[in-house]
Amino acid sequence: MSDALIMTGRSLRLSLRSPDALLTALLLPVMLMVVFVYLFGGAIAIGTSYVDYVVPGVLLLCAVTGASTTAVTVCQDMTGGIVDRFRSLDVPGTVMLAGHVTSSLLRNLVSTVLVAAVAVGIGFRPHSDPARLAAAVGVLLLFVAAISWLAAASGLAVAAPEAANGVMFFLMFLCYASSAFVPVRTMPWWLRGFARHQPATPVTETLRGLLLGEPGGGQLAGGQLVAALAWSGGILAASVLLSMVLFRRRTA
Amino acid sequence: MNDELAIEASGLAKSYGGVRVLGGVGLRVPRGSVFALLGPNGAGKTTTVRILATLVRADAGQARVAGFDVVRERRQVRRRISLTGQFAALDAAQTGEENLRMIARLAGLPRTAARRRAAELLEQFELTQAGRRLVGTYSGGMRRRLDLAASLTGHPSVIFLDEPTTGLDPQSRLTAWRAIAGLAAEGVTVFLTTQYLEEADRLADQIAVLNGGLLVAVGTAAELKARVTAQRLDLTCSTAGAFEQVSRLLADRVVHLDPAARIVGAATDGSAAQVRALLDQADPARDLVASFAVRGATLDDVFFALTGPTQEVAHV
Repeated sequence: MSDALIMTGRSLRLSLRSPDALLTALLLPVMLMVVFVYLFGGAIAIGTSYVDYVVPGVLLLCAVTGASTTAVTVCQDMTGGIVDRFRSLDVPGTVMLAGHVTSSLLRNLVSTVLVAAVAVGIGFRPHSDPARLAAAVGVLLLFVAAISWLAAASGLAVAAPEAANGVMFFLMFLCYASSAFVPVRTMPWWLRGFARHQPATPVTETLRGLLLGEPGGGQLAGGQLVAALAWSGGILAASVLLSMVLFRRRTA
Repeated sequence: MNDELAIEASGLAKSYGGVRVLGGVGLRVPRGSVFALLGPNGAGKTTTVRILATLVRADAGQARVAGFDVVRERRQVRRRISLTGQFAALDAAQTGEENLRMIARLAGLPRTAARRRAAELLEQFELTQAGRRLVGTYSGGMRRRLDLAASLTGHPSVIFLDEPTTGLDPQSRLTAWRAIAGLAAEGVTVFLTTQYLEEADRLADQIAVLNGGLLVAVGTAAELKARVTAQRLDLTCSTAGAFEQVSRLLADRVVHLDPAARIVGAATDGSAAQVRALLDQADPARDLVASFAVRGATLDDVFFALTGPTQEVAHV
């Protein structure tokens, strides 16, 4: 346990020492939110305030951009030789990775708060209560944990840190091709099936339901919550397992 | 189990994807000694170190390090060793002090003890000033020193150093050598790999020469030098005809022939008397040799001598 704390502290310190990556992870979601609300928002007629609609989607994007740091640092650890030092100090691979994931969760917490604060500043008006707000934070954290472990796995799978970043672009596409920014019904018919049945949509819809739980904002459908938890839990479990396998293979 | 041995291995074999990297290596390293595994790139040095340091499992063979089996008692082994790989295994975005403190904490020291140990090591390796700077700003030599300091953090009894001076400039290499000699003086067992004969010669009590995954020689530096040439006298001949004549006159002393450059290399200990005698033997009429140079034997010469077909001519 104390090894995990040391590794988390290290990962946090490394994040703070790389201000460009930190700023990107913090500011990119805010900027995207501003772009969507003020540039695209006017053209997107969804029958409700667009800023209310888009904030849950931006929170998802936030998780993905934040996790890409994890992919890169994990890959750097594996290629830079420090992994051997940790292993010879008897730090298990899962603990090493858990340090990166925990620090990713903390970074995301900060960027989420930042996005939420800016969102409220530009007109986001959630209709929620403490219990639903807590539930929303829980759903989001589970998603962030899942994406962070997936990022760790992709950091283990690729040979170079640059490639690790590329994997995360694919995940950003998942956010765009979901109900995060525009309603699925406005998409071409061939994309709708995919958009409805991929993880980003149920997670967005669940957040939307929990944060804006009233007419106009959309009611929380039980099916979406179950789907969101199942997707996040499934990705989390699969990524942890995949990471363990990849770590073993990488260090064989 | 032999208590006098820090490392005891037999029949270590390892293949990667059908390619044999180690073909049955056995080693015995006495406690408190410095052992050098000498070999060219691809000889299997790193694989040997990784097996002994519990990071890789051998396909065959056994090894005990610090008295414990590297597979069955991996944890006990890890508590008693440290490994410094070929790449400086440090965080560039942490200061030297932070790196050492982190490693000390991972080695099990409490917070304050870790701080004290880090300060001690920085002082020992003359890095106290640099300790507050990010490692990313260090020179190659400073990084190596910090790496060596890191390897001492948890008071290990066996230290593995994989090519500790590869890529260093001569000045940094000297500093690193002093640091490694310092490790040995602390009474720990040092197991290092190197491509440089001179490095093994300088640091090691025992040298094992590894080539193509097999040990081709084991002994003290002096014993190995008795089998190979320590220095080489290179004679540049005035003409192609002179080249033929000189190589004939030196006969069994020849260890190197380069017809294109008209260079004949002969084994020597480098002493003035022997060089003079060799020159007389090669060039009695003083008109065959245009110039000469005495150079340290390269690893190529060692392998030429130990594994090459002309082994019989390669003695001093």
